[in-house]
Amino acid sequence: MTDTITTNQFWAVGEEIEDTKAPKGVDIDKVWKTRQFQARLVNPANRRKLSVIIVGTGLAGGAAAATLGEAGYNVLNFCYQDSPRRAHSIAAQGGINAAKNYRNDNDSTFRLFYDTVKGGDYRARETNVYRLAEVSAKIIDHCVAQGVPFAREYGGLLDTRSFGGVQVQRTFYARGQTGQQLLIGAYQQLERQVAAGTVKMYTRHEMVELIVVDGKARGIVTRNMINGKVETWTADAVVLATGGYGNVFFLSTNAMGCNVTATWRAHRKGAYFGNPCFTQIHPTCIPVHGETQSKLTLMSESLRNDGRIWVPKKAEDCGKDPRQIPEEDRDYYLERIYPAFGNLVPHDIASRQAKKVCDEGRGVGPAVVEVDEDGTERLVRRGVYLDFSDAINRLGQKAVENKYGNLFDMYAQITGENPYEVPMRIYPAVHYTMGGLWVDYDLQSSIPGLYVTGEANFSDHGANRLGASALMQGLADGYFVLSNTINDYLADAPFDKLPEDHPAVAEARDSAQARIDKLLSIQGTRSVDSYHKELGHIMWEYCGMERTEEGLKKAIGLIQNLREDYWSNVRVTGKNEDFNQALERAGRVADFMELGELMCVDALHRRESCGGHFRAESQTPEGEALRHDDEFLYVAAWEWNGEGNVPVLHREPLNYKAIELKQRSYK
Amino acid sequence: MKLKLRIWRQAGPEAAGRMVEYDLDGVSEDMSFLEMLDLLNENLTERNEEPVAFDHDCREGICGMCGVVINGIAHGGSATTTCQLHMRSFSDGATIDIEPWRAGAFPVIKDLAVDRNAFDRIIAAGGFISSNTGSAPEAHSTPVPKREADRAFDNATCIGCGACVAACPNSSAMLFTAAKITHLAMLPQGQPERYRRVKSMVAQHDEEGFGNCTNIGECAAVCPKGIPLESIAQLNRDLIASLFKADGKQ
Ligand SMILES: Cc1cc2nc3c(=O)[nH]c(=O)nc-3n(C[C@H](O)[C@H](O)[C@H](O)COP(=O)(O)OP(=O)(O)OC[C@H]3O[C@@H](n4cnc5c(N)ncnc54)[C@H](O)[C@@H]3O)c2cc1C
Ligand code: SF4
Ligand code: FES
Repeated sequence: MTDTITTNQFWAVGEEIEDTKAPKGVDIDKVWKTRQFQARLVNPANRRKLSVIIVGTGLAGGAAAATLGEAGYNVLNFCYQDSPRRAHSIAAQGGINAAKNYRNDNDSTFRLFYDTVKGGDYRARETNVYRLAEVSAKIIDHCVAQGVPFAREYGGLLDTRSFGGVQVQRTFYARGQTGQQLLIGAYQQLERQVAAGTVKMYTRHEMVELIVVDGKARGIVTRNMINGKVETWTADAVVLATGGYGNVFFLSTNAMGCNVTATWRAHRKGAYFGNPCFTQIHPTCIPVHGETQSKLTLMSESLRNDGRIWVPKKAEDCGKDPRQIPEEDRDYYLERIYPAFGNLVPHDIASRQAKKVCDEGRGVGPAVVEVDEDGTERLVRRGVYLDFSDAINRLGQKAVENKYGNLFDMYAQITGENPYEVPMRIYPAVHYTMGGLWVDYDLQSSIPGLYVTGEANFSDHGANRLGASALMQGLADGYFVLSNTINDYLADAPFDKLPEDHPAVAEARDSAQARIDKLLSIQGTRSVDSYHKELGHIMWEYCGMERTEEGLKKAIGLIQNLREDYWSNVRVTGKNEDFNQALERAGRVADFMELGELMCVDALHRRESCGGHFRAESQTPEGEALRHDDEFLYVAAWEWNGEGNVPVLHREPLNYKAIELKQRSYK
Repeated sequence: MKLKLRIWRQAGPEAAGRMVEYDLDGVSEDMSFLEMLDLLNENLTERNEEPVAFDHDCREGICGMCGVVINGIAHGGSATTTCQLHMRSFSDGATIDIEPWRAGAFPVIKDLAVDRNAFDRIIAAGGFISSNTGSAPEAHSTPVPKREADRAFDNATCIGCGACVAACPNSSAMLFTAAKITHLAMLPQGQPERYRRVKSMVAQHDEEGFGNCTNIGECAAVCPKGIPLESIAQLNRDLIASLFKADGKQ
């Protein structure tokens, strides 16, 4: 691990960067307070004269739009769905963390901070994570005040449960629909501001380009998804809260419309992309059923609280009815290998172990054909049991139903099997992306005036995301962080008036239109979906749960060829001036292809294993991930270097002052 | 499985629509209804015909974006969303009619996609608790009895899909509106604006062109989230009470 290549055929190395906004020289628990005090203010009368574009209405965007609207700014809010209430945050099931210590189990801001940094395998920025833990408690207060119906105990107080990677009970939840309830809360606040006239809402508008004027973000270009109109919108600052890019894998737990377009377009305009290869593979999804499958469904990880994960000890038992397999022939492999955390080990560990037992031939469920590198075919069962029979015996079926009923119903609906009688089958799937646009402590990207919040930025999760922490981040960013930091930028007002025909505005609109025209003109023979599926296969195979140098190099070549073919052979039916879903997807897949390549380059350069990034070349003798802090203790922030050129790597060294670096162990 | 699909095709809001027949082969019973439509669309694309437009996003039964009338019943009548309906509930050789939600307040955009923004406007009319960011008291300062909390929750599960409207002979959106009213009315935090809220939301509901509720109950029968008719009774009680209060829309 010593030869460091600086420039090669895949990337070039640029200058180191740093986050200059987090106050230096103060203790970690004073950093946020100090920044809040230092950040300049905008007086209420002046806020009315300022405008902010927010793309996204999920927890990060919806909360930000509502809060900035309340503060008195003019907010223009966009989403691609028909209603802001449908943003992908709605799908989150399990819960949201907060350091309330309501359970008297020694929880604290510091412990939440510690768990999150450790869970992220020491690749998150310490100051950002501390702030996240600090504001977490206020999120619960605010949501309760909005009427979010969190689960309660008979005494009327809020209930909590525990989640993967931690040993305290700090997760607040609303049955298996925490995301829905939190999002509806934010959406109601948003609609309140729509009624008050501070927020203008534009649904079914897809952002397809960023407008940068004199180096500053000043607007966006959208395509009206109903009539195809390509329009420009300008403002004093732009916020992207556009979610993650897991759909680059085609099959994932993400909603079908999730895309990278907004952040990728910003990247091409100069925003650095941080740690693109850090993908969270979630251990508890319903296994793939066939070639025509469009997406994967998550079974909330809260199920791991009571469900026990096992596979048969002997491969010959794998085809049997699980109820016929006696206790002594079952391998509860997580409890065996990680006795302290058992079934609640973090996502990456649980996922990798599931893959391992299936690779050993001990998976369960229908056997599917897989083709090896050398072309040989083999049959593999891709599934492990998540068994509730112990919990049902211990608590009774009723109690299990109360806790997880809707998840059990969903499982039965999808698989046609009754999980109260037969153990569920689960397998890892792509779920969340820890990478995203690089931001400083203020959540500002490397383009001044462009802010990035929620899953769309890279900052808080490191190489791995602990359960129940994404919802926390989205709301922390939206309600409490951005609304304090963006003032510092807006305090520079007044900004120059931007004429509609400014060359930068026209350039952005024309290039967006040209891309649409190009896609429609190709009139090739292959559907957009078929390309997306092929890209997904490449990504899953070579940039998925386990990565090797050889595989990644191969993947880069494959993606480049696929992209070339796409631009000469894709078939997009219909026209632009219409509701045209094929065209919508075509634009997104085009961006996924470019991102996919960057993900592989990032994975290639990081020759260590870290959280959700497992490089086969870097493991301990027991097969656990092996980090290399000596070489890779940094954020990889990639700069776009023009079409046809290799990207430039900027390193942001990570400094851990409040926390001691350790190898992560859950044994 | 082999199916005969009869699908509503309509080029745009102003265009006339009609049912068009398609034969579809190779459907597996593990597919969801929307995956079946994906398959049809792949075939259409191959033949260089325009795919069928339909709305969807999460495909997990939670975002509320999908929704079509299947064989005359909203979401196909399995007490679930269209995306969670699986092809194993149909038999080989079946003929399936697929149409968009039909209601004056939900204009067709194209084929099976309709405009449901009227729902957002009903929420904007008062479907919230006014609580500015940063002003909330400690969450445990107001305990909520479990019974009320559960009732609030049951109503909060409405996903805003609009099936209730599509199923109602009067095209009323009362079940949707009642779900929100009941959710917030059961919580202590919802009390200050309780009567103003119901008055404003119902007024907006009517303004959007949704019909009156005449207690037919088709809405609750198709609701994928099991919102009970009893919620409409709650709405009516609150609405009557609100008439004696000064606040809210006149
Ligand atoms: C099934 C599932 C379960 C989960 N469970 C949990 C959990 O229990 N706990 C937890 O903490 N996290 C969970 N997560 C993760 C969490 O839900 C997400 O990370 C988080 O909600 C992301 O919020 P966001 O606001 O950043 O983005 P999103 O909610 O994805 O919102 C993105 C917004 O951007 C808009 N948008 C995107 N692109 C464009 C564009 N080009 N133009 C216009 N608009 C655009 C969309 O319309 C949308 O409004 C789960 C995720 C999934 C998929
Ligand atoms: S009440 Fe039921 S049917 Fe109506 S919008 Fe809500 S979830 Fe859909
Ligand atoms: S697609 Fe979200 S509910 Fe069906």
